[in-house]
Amino acid sequence: MTENLLEVHGLRTEYRSDGRRFTAVDGIDFTVGPGEILGLVGESGSGKSATLRSILGLIKPPGRVEGRILWRGRDIHGLAPSALQRVRGAEIAMIFQDPMTALNPVLTVGQQIRESLAAHTDLSASDRQRRAIELLDLVGIPAAASRLDDYPYQFSGGIRQRAMIAIALAAKPALLLADEPTTALDVTIQDQIIKLIQRLAAELRMSVILVTHDLGVVAESCDRVAVMYAGRIVETAPVATLFRSPRHAYTLGLLQSMPVGRSPRTPLPFIPGAPPRPGDSLNGCAFAARCAFVGDECRHGRPETRHVGLDHMTLCRRAEALPAALEPA
Amino acid sequence: MTKRLLEVADLTKGFVTRGADGRIAQLKALRGVSFTLDRGETLGIVGESGSGKSTLARSVVRLIEPDGGSIRFDGTDARRLSGRERSQFNRRVQMVFQDPYSSLNPRMTVRAALAEAIGVHRLRPPAAVDGRIAELLDLVQLPQEAAERYPRDFSGGQRQRIGIARALAVEPDCLIADEIVSALDLSIQAQIINLLLELQARLDLAILFISHDLRIVRHISHRVGVMYLGEIVETGGAEQVFADPRHPYTQALIAAAPTLDPGRRGRQEAVHGELPSPIDLPAGCSFASRCVHVMERCLTMPPALLSVDRTRAARCYLTENAAPPALREKSP
Repeated sequence: MTENLLEVHGLRTEYRSDGRRFTAVDGIDFTVGPGEILGLVGESGSGKSATLRSILGLIKPPGRVEGRILWRGRDIHGLAPSALQRVRGAEIAMIFQDPMTALNPVLTVGQQIRESLAAHTDLSASDRQRRAIELLDLVGIPAAASRLDDYPYQFSGGIRQRAMIAIALAAKPALLLADEPTTALDVTIQDQIIKLIQRLAAELRMSVILVTHDLGVVAESCDRVAVMYAGRIVETAPVATLFRSPRHAYTLGLLQSMPVGRSPRTPLPFIPGAPPRPGDSLNGCAFAARCAFVGDECRHGRPETRHVGLDHMTLCRRAEALPAALEPA
Repeated sequence: MTKRLLEVADLTKGFVTRGADGRIAQLKALRGVSFTLDRGETLGIVGESGSGKSTLARSVVRLIEPDGGSIRFDGTDARRLSGRERSQFNRRVQMVFQDPYSSLNPRMTVRAALAEAIGVHRLRPPAAVDGRIAELLDLVQLPQEAAERYPRDFSGGQRQRIGIARALAVEPDCLIADEIVSALDLSIQAQIINLLLELQARLDLAILFISHDLRIVRHISHRVGVMYLGEIVETGGAEQVFADPRHPYTQALIAAAPTLDPGRRGRQEAVHGELPSPIDLPAGCSFASRCVHVMERCLTMPPALLSVDRTRAARCYLTENAAPPALREKSP
């Protein structure tokens, strides 16, 4: 078995606000293998972005991170900033939903790529220039050489996202953290960026954690998926398994509420109520209050990870009560 | 009472803006948009940013004054109304926005907001207002206690219910819904969609449902119009258009919309390139620069909206003869 690139054990992330503590990530475990695209899917407030930020050490006091974050077998949680810096950007890079806030508006795209190359590689100035053109070309920006001297505002949303990916790729990272990279984009452009990320992962043998709220994006791009709810990973499985045979009532509810393959203009199945708010104290399964399959056992004690199939984990204690498979949409 | 409620013909709207070179230019947001909407019917308008769909919504409710074209509402010319008739039009055509939080007054309780809407049009004697508010809360499936609370006390989905209740308070015939579920989480979206379907059946509402999300538009609409760069490029019954799209842009849009099928992971991207600048529009078909079926005349002469059959039309030369071959899903 190939060794995992990233292993996260017992990750717990808390924010503090108005003297109260909020648990954003509530003790999660997951792994990412080499070249693997892992989808981290969940609704707003489920803790998926906080997970990415915790990995990169971006949670600042009074926020607090606990647990082990093993990068190539070494725990990078709590590393000194200088040591963390050698991992961050160089081996693990991140892209964001809104490239406009992540890119520097007063530097040309060429300058920003060259800056990243200078920080993370030994290339000479002329090689950096050449490499910058290659990178823009790699991410599919037409007439790459002529766009190097453009500023971010001169790009469309799609091209800006491509430019941000080019900057992230400058150091040849082994893992790309992508935080809702297509949420702000139109559907045809979203499709292009997703296809680009898939192609780059395959060509560069780069792993990706793709954070998204869109199950469709996960189905069409990821190898494996972890579903988050109220700060916990409630189910993990290879995509084909998860979409055919979800083993957590929340995953099932989400899949069924998608308006895909339904009779037109008929009521959609829906999940009643709303997710717990951050800071709500949870006793038992976090989904119990909204769950159609809830049993007495669900209301007490923290649910534990159960293996329900090959590489398939769930926190659902009522997994056996769920339908064996979803009807194909 | 006739079935036809709204008839929009050849609507145009331009905005003055600055081009990439800094010069003043005209952005053509609507380039001759026509559609009809019947009582009890949902027309879905789907399009990406820059398609003009939000300008269309705002023009229909007259938040924006169109440059040209006509809007006939229940037999009258809505662009010439004034005084009492204008106020009646404003009551009968209600807009619901994407973000109810920004369209609700944070200092007003739900009761005050609803009472205000009812009061403006003097729809109920003062003694009957509270009863009507109770009715409205029932309609949108909110508990009666909601009346005494403020917008901040509600979740996103509940706030959207309040937004809908306020629109319904004035007993409209027509709702213009602009991306009303786009900001909501999936599990909440389905609740609001179900609510709209139910309200439409009970109140015989006409709904212009504008969204970038094909999956939702397909589910909720009787008929659809697909917009691209200020034009409707394809229109017809929702199921026909989505099952058998005729315009290459509609085909691309459908291919690009993520399904729940992991079997599609190996397919190629649905369409290359990006939207041309709406300031500097191409001479021919506006989709020509991205179209896999492009022919010579597409580059010079914009196609008209050509009939596919009695109810369907597409702005594409290929519809003259037969359907363009469906985009193949190739494996790399």
